[in-house]
Amino acid sequence: MNSLGLFYVSASIALLASFCVITQKNAVHALLYLIVSLLALALCFYLLGAPFAAALQIIVYAGAIMVLFVFAVMMFNINQQDIERESQWLSWQSWLGPSLLVTVLLVEVLFILQSQPAWTSTESQVTLIDAKAVGSLLFGPYLLAVEIASFLLLAGLVGGYHLAKALPHKPVNKEVNQP
Amino acid sequence: MPTLDLVLMIAAMVAILVPTAAMLVWFERRLLGFFQQRYGPNRVGYFGILQSLADLIKILFKHDWIPPFADRPVFVLAPLIGALAVLMSFAVVPMSPNLMVSDSNIGLLFFLAMTSMAVYSVVLAGWASNNKYALLGGMRAAAQTISYEVFMGVSLLGVVILSGSFKLSDIVLAQQNMWYVIPQFLGFVIFMIAGIAESHRLPFDLPEAETELTAGFHTEYSGIKFALFFLGEYLGMMLISMMITTVFLGGWLGPWLPPIVWFLLKTLSLICFFVLLRAALPRPRFDQLLELGWKWILPLALLNLVATAFVKLWGDF
Repeated sequence: MNSLGLFYVSASIALLASFCVITQKNAVHALLYLIVSLLALALCFYLLGAPFAAALQIIVYAGAIMVLFVFAVMMFNINQQDIERESQWLSWQSWLGPSLLVTVLLVEVLFILQSQPAWTSTESQVTLIDAKAVGSLLFGPYLLAVEIASFLLLAGLVGGYHLAKALPHKPVNKEVNQP
Repeated sequence: MPTLDLVLMIAAMVAILVPTAAMLVWFERRLLGFFQQRYGPNRVGYFGILQSLADLIKILFKHDWIPPFADRPVFVLAPLIGALAVLMSFAVVPMSPNLMVSDSNIGLLFFLAMTSMAVYSVVLAGWASNNKYALLGGMRAAAQTISYEVFMGVSLLGVVILSGSFKLSDIVLAQQNMWYVIPQFLGFVIFMIAGIAESHRLPFDLPEAETELTAGFHTEYSGIKFALFFLGEYLGMMLISMMITTVFLGGWLGPWLPPIVWFLLKTLSLICFFVLLRAALPRPRFDQLLELGWKWILPLALLNLVATAFVKLWGDF
């Protein structure tokens, strides 16, 4: 019961932080809320019996990927002008479409939850999934998915290498320099 | 009531760790003085032992100024994140068989997670200060920490393969026959280098290199907030020493003396070694630091991992 309460607290923090991510006008502040949301999600994973996934969520998402995001946004030199422009973009008309679609999804989720009450009875008995279980699943039935994901990462790596490569020295056009 | 015990334990840990980190500042200055054939601070109290207290009083009474051009909330948040993330990691350090706040079965991963959180302190401080030196320091910190975090994790995996657990007390107990520093010597060296880089200690203190960046990410900080950065750095040095002790040097294991004494002795000698490094080594250039990391240490760490896995599997057959 105690862990259920903790789960709801961290889940609501995740929701609130995610809401702040899209309403914040300053990009760095939005990123900070995103980090909070990811940390809260990690806590949710932990409470649902997946400590390994929780730790990886913090190390990989909150600790490495988001640092790179902050790193990139840091360079943008955000000033008051940008924040004002951002607040103009956040008008209520632009909220209308997404809100409608999300409401439909929400109704759907509520409907699914309603129609399957068996889930609510099992949540007290959490099964612990440790690193060994995750590893044997990843390199057993899901091996193909892991390989495809690593292909994707390799492609990204090659692309990054190509973009960062020093440009070849073009020979300077001598004729222009001649008097 | 176990919860009350836990709270008391945490309070006691914080009450011991924070003054110890302050004493470490004095200890380091005295030791540096010894290495450099000068006295170091020796005026306040016997052997200058109260120097840190005097510094603390001075720093508390300083004007705690937030620059008008800074991003206020983030500026205040940044030093807190640093000190808190490091303090949280101490929760999983097993100082003796029964002196630990949490013997979590993901202890090692928790340590890595908190280390990766600590980088936000430096990056956000650099950004929120709205100062070009601070921003450069923050940039360097981000690049340095992300790079060295990778090897830090990979170098620890060798130990995880050998002991078969992320639980730090299991790792200590698995070293009863032989400390992991012998079979995992490469991992030990890599982890130590990564640890120095992660805690921004000299010679890898490029984010705050004063000759080129005035004071790097904490240029705009003063008073208690600066003290928090300082505290975070020294706590970080203690944490890295304790982790090396736990993971590679057999933790609390040792003959005759009580476990906690062994643990503290090993930690203290590692801290002395870090101070010696500060006195002995010059600071590399930033591109040299990253080149060393990605071109030399990463392949070595991966090699170590593959070799360890091979040996372990070979033994199992």
